[in-house]
Amino acid sequence: MSTLTIDRASRWYGNVVAVNGISMTVRPGVTGLLGPNGAGKTTLIALMSGFLAPSAGTVTLDGQPIWRHTDAYRLIGLVPERELSFGYLTGRQFVLANAELHGLADAGAAAERALEIVEMTEPAGRRIGTYSKGMRQRVKLASALVHDPAVLLLDEPFNGVDPRQRLHLMTLLRRMGAQGRTVLFSSHILEEVEQVARQIEVVVSGRHAASGDFGQIRRLMTDRPVQYVVTADDDRALAAALIAEPSVVAVSLRRGGGVDVSVADFGSFTVRLPQVARQHGIRVLELMPTDESLESVFSYLVGGQA
Amino acid sequence: MNATIARLSTQALIGRRRGLVLVLIPAVLLVLAVVVRLLTDDPAGYDAVTELAFTLALPLVALLAATAVLGPEVDDGSIVYLLSKPISRHRIAVSKFVVAWAATLLLGVLPLFVAGVVLDGSDLRRALAWGVGAAVAGTAYTALFLGLAAFTRHAVVVGLLFALLWEGVLSSVLDGIRWVSIGAWGREVAARISPSITGEDLGMGYAVVAAVLVTVGAVWFAGDRLRSFTLRGDE
Repeated sequence: MSTLTIDRASRWYGNVVAVNGISMTVRPGVTGLLGPNGAGKTTLIALMSGFLAPSAGTVTLDGQPIWRHTDAYRLIGLVPERELSFGYLTGRQFVLANAELHGLADAGAAAERALEIVEMTEPAGRRIGTYSKGMRQRVKLASALVHDPAVLLLDEPFNGVDPRQRLHLMTLLRRMGAQGRTVLFSSHILEEVEQVARQIEVVVSGRHAASGDFGQIRRLMTDRPVQYVVTADDDRALAAALIAEPSVVAVSLRRGGGVDVSVADFGSFTVRLPQVARQHGIRVLELMPTDESLESVFSYLVGGQA
Repeated sequence: MNATIARLSTQALIGRRRGLVLVLIPAVLLVLAVVVRLLTDDPAGYDAVTELAFTLALPLVALLAATAVLGPEVDDGSIVYLLSKPISRHRIAVSKFVVAWAATLLLGVLPLFVAGVVLDGSDLRRALAWGVGAAVAGTAYTALFLGLAAFTRHAVVVGLLFALLWEGVLSSVLDGIRWVSIGAWGREVAARISPSITGEDLGMGYAVVAAVLVTVGAVWFAGDRLRSFTLRGDE
C-alpha cells in the first residue's frame, strides 16, 4: 500500500500560476480529482507522476520525492490524457513493450493478464490506429496495469468513452481501489466522480477548493443559493406566493417578464413550486436555472472558502 | 542500450513517411553515380557525386533518422509511455541513438562507399576512405541531431540550417570553421586514408577526438533533456 503526499506544492510558468500551494494526501482506495477544465488537474497529475518539478513545496510517494526518481515507476501506473500515437503497433505489441520496459520476468504473461483485466484480449491483435476511443483508453489502462502497480494515476480517463465502456472502466477502478491500490483519477464531471470515488478533492483555478467524502462535497455543491428564472401567466402573483416559501430567499420581477428566484434549498423548492402554483391557480410556463454551469458551482466553492 | 526501446524506435523509423524519404536519398545518390559512370570518364564526375553525398545526403540522412526516433514522441507527448518506466533516461537516449546511427550507417555511409566503387572500381582505397570519413561524420551528425530533437521541436529546420549554412556555405568560405565542422573532421579522416582526397589539415587525432566528444556530449545531453521531460495537458 502506498501513499502520495503533496505538501504545499505550487507550480508556475513565468507569471502564470498553474497550481497554488496545494496540500493533499492520496491514500489507498479511489480518489476523484474534480475541477473544471483549466483548473490545474493535469498539472497536479504531472507533479504526482514525476513529469513536472514543483516550483515550491514537495510531492512524495511513501516519503520519497518523485521528480527525477525513475525507480518510483515500479510503483506508479500512469494513464495520461494524451492520445496514444503508437498507431503502427497492435494493442498487444504496445502492452507487451510496456511489460518489457518494466523488466518483468514473464512480460508476455503480464501483458496478457493486463489485456484480460481490461477485456481487450480479442482486439489486441489489431493495430491501435484502428481502435475506438474507448478501446484506446483500455489499452492505455492495460499498459499502466501491466506491472501490477500500487498507485494508479489516470487523467480524464472517461473523456470521449461511450456509456457502456465508461461503466466498465468505472467498475474496474472501483475494483482496483477495493484491492488496496491508491487510485486517483481526474474529471470535470461531478456525477462521474461520485460514482467511482468516495474521497473527492476539488481543484479550482489551481487552488484546493474542497476535500472530503463525496456526500460532503455533494452537499457543498447543492446546498447553496441557486438562481432560477420562472415565467408564469401571472408573474406578480407567483412572486408573492414564492416569497412565503422557506426555501426561497429572494424574488424580483424581471422587466421583460418572469421572476428571478434565489433558492436556498433547491430540493424542497423543486417539490414546492408546482404545489404553490396549483394552490394559487397560476400556470408556470418556464423554469430555467441561470447559474447551473459547473464553473459557477466551483466558483461558489472557492468563494465559500475565501 | 534497451532492446525494447530500440525495437520501438526502429518501428517508428520505418512506420512513418519519413522512412520512405530516408530510402529515397541513397537511391537517388546511387542512380546518380551510375548515370555519371555511364556518361563520363571525367574525374570531376567522381568528385561531384562524392561531394554531394558527403556534404548534403549524409547530414540529411542523419537528421531525418535522429529526429524520427525522438522528435514525434517528444512533440506529441507520447514519450511519456517510455519515460514512465524504471529505466535511466540516458539509456533511453543511447538506445534511440543506436537505432538512428544504424540507419545513418546503412542509408548515408554505405551508399557513399558503394557510389565510390561504382564511379571508380579501380580505386577501392578511395571509396573506403570516403566510407570511413562518412562514418566518423555521420556518427557525430546523428548524435548532434538527436540532442537537437530532445532540445527543440523545430529540430528538423534548425538541423537543416546547420547542415546547409554552417557545414555547407560557411565552412567553404571561412577557413577557420573547419576546426568546428563535423564534415571537416570526417573529410580529414578520409584524407588520411587515401591520398586522392584533399584533407583539412587538422590532424587525424584532433578530428577523431572532436567527433567522439561531440557524439558522447550530444547523446548525454539528449538523456539529460529526457530527465527533465515535462508533461503538459491541453488545458
